[in-house]
Amino acid sequence: MSRRTRVAVVGAGPAGAYAAAQLRASRARPDVDVFERLPTPWGLLRGGVAPDHQEIKALADTFEAEVFGRGCRFFGGVEVGTDVHHADLMRHYHAVVYAVGARSDKTLGIENEHLPGSLPATDFVGWFNGHPDRRDLDPLLDVRRAVIIGNGNVAADVARILTRSVDELARTDIADHALAALRESRIEEVVVLGRRGPAQAAFTSAELRELGHMDGVELRVAPEEAELDLVSTEWLDEEGTFTARRNVKLLREFAAAAPQAGARARIVLRFLRSPVALHGASRVESIEIARNVLSRDEAGTIRARTLDGETETIECGLVLRSVGYRAVPLPGVPFDERNYVLPNDRGRVVDGDTRAVVPGVYAVGWIKRGPTGILGTNKRDAEETVARLLEDIDTLPDPPEAGDLPLPDHVSADGWRAIDTTETSAGEALDRPRVKLTTVDELVDAARQPA
Amino acid sequence: MAYVIAGSCVKDDVCVEVCPADCIHPTRGAPDFETAEQLYIDPETCIDCDACVEACPVDAIFAPNEVPAKWQHFAEVNADFFAERL
Repeated sequence: MSRRTRVAVVGAGPAGAYAAAQLRASRARPDVDVFERLPTPWGLLRGGVAPDHQEIKALADTFEAEVFGRGCRFFGGVEVGTDVHHADLMRHYHAVVYAVGARSDKTLGIENEHLPGSLPATDFVGWFNGHPDRRDLDPLLDVRRAVIIGNGNVAADVARILTRSVDELARTDIADHALAALRESRIEEVVVLGRRGPAQAAFTSAELRELGHMDGVELRVAPEEAELDLVSTEWLDEEGTFTARRNVKLLREFAAAAPQAGARARIVLRFLRSPVALHGASRVESIEIARNVLSRDEAGTIRARTLDGETETIECGLVLRSVGYRAVPLPGVPFDERNYVLPNDRGRVVDGDTRAVVPGVYAVGWIKRGPTGILGTNKRDAEETVARLLEDIDTLPDPPEAGDLPLPDHVSADGWRAIDTTETSAGEALDRPRVKLTTVDELVDAARQPA
Repeated sequence: MAYVIAGSCVKDDVCVEVCPADCIHPTRGAPDFETAEQLYIDPETCIDCDACVEACPVDAIFAPNEVPAKWQHFAEVNADFFAERL
């Protein structure tokens, strides 16, 4: 009963943070070590949540208190799969919880998709949020129109950052390199394409409303774009969510609004449109889009089908695809190649073929359930995984090695606090929440400063 | 007047646990819990006790007279959620 159990959590994003916090708060109170490939913790809370949604970043204080404040150790800048391997972890820990998220993006599979000027929206998000891997992205902003493919909250975030005034952005923790580039940006119009109709828009209604209430930015929805087809009208009546009904109502209001004189920039929402091809000689010059119609399949899901024939060409120099994240396999751990997750039973990782439990290996967050849900979804997800681990905890064999895993240089929780202090102090002078350090070297240097 | 949950809600549902009036919805297991973009306070049953404000990790909940300008419309959104849910 009294033996000390050691758990490694791989990935310090929201799912890993919730899992680590819950493990430490449990009666079993195992030792918890959190491994993270970046020198900084909290994953998409730092690198995904848009800088103009600063309120949400307060969740970091809760993570700080409940993860590091409860004695979890942090090993930042240590990549599992590169610096240390799954087998190493299994030799030193009773259990390993993978919380590595989904670091790649889905592609469209269209002609010229990889022309310069065409990027995954998630790379662009990493760029403006100071993710060290995206610092040198250098998006082409010397153009008047950008097109975003997909209309979820990532698309909304990107549309706002491309159009919001630089003065407003300068009061956030947006990366300095992004602020400098956006200052020079010539983008005047951002077109957001939705594959399905207004009732199926993936924005939350809060994000949609925000697009229509930005200073100096006109949100344009053509009246015919806000109209619902028969399939959607029926669906909305029968099983539409509160969000879908609010979105439709908001879109009708936006469509009915008079054009806004003197707007600095414009966001245009289009629906029932899919990209067919990108065109351009050496960089994106235009996008060709087709019209879709909706129908319901046997399962009741509303699907878009592209109509053959007429297409429309929109001139643009920047195309950001925002059609979903995709996880990448981890060496030495089973992977479900069809669903891009670790095959698992309520958080216990299982063999992909036999479904036999792989003892001591767990998954949480996007690598467990796929890239769905919002921050708080990870709390329930972590509870499920942590409950399985705690059920198993007495049966997990002692690992062969009792001591600490030999690790390369890394950033500890104190090192992260030193980074945090450096960034927030730099921000104070400028009336910003923080000034982010955006290279691994800068971050590691800051971590070495005495607190 | 009742308390209001604004658009910065991340559905860390600690508020539901601390609410003595069970006025915050949807709750875990409710059919609309997963699809809800945020949680809402039922203005008919909120007792203005402040417990949720203290608990919220992202300060998304406001007393009726303290709702910031950018979130003003959320009083109506919270009420509408319950009006349409019946």
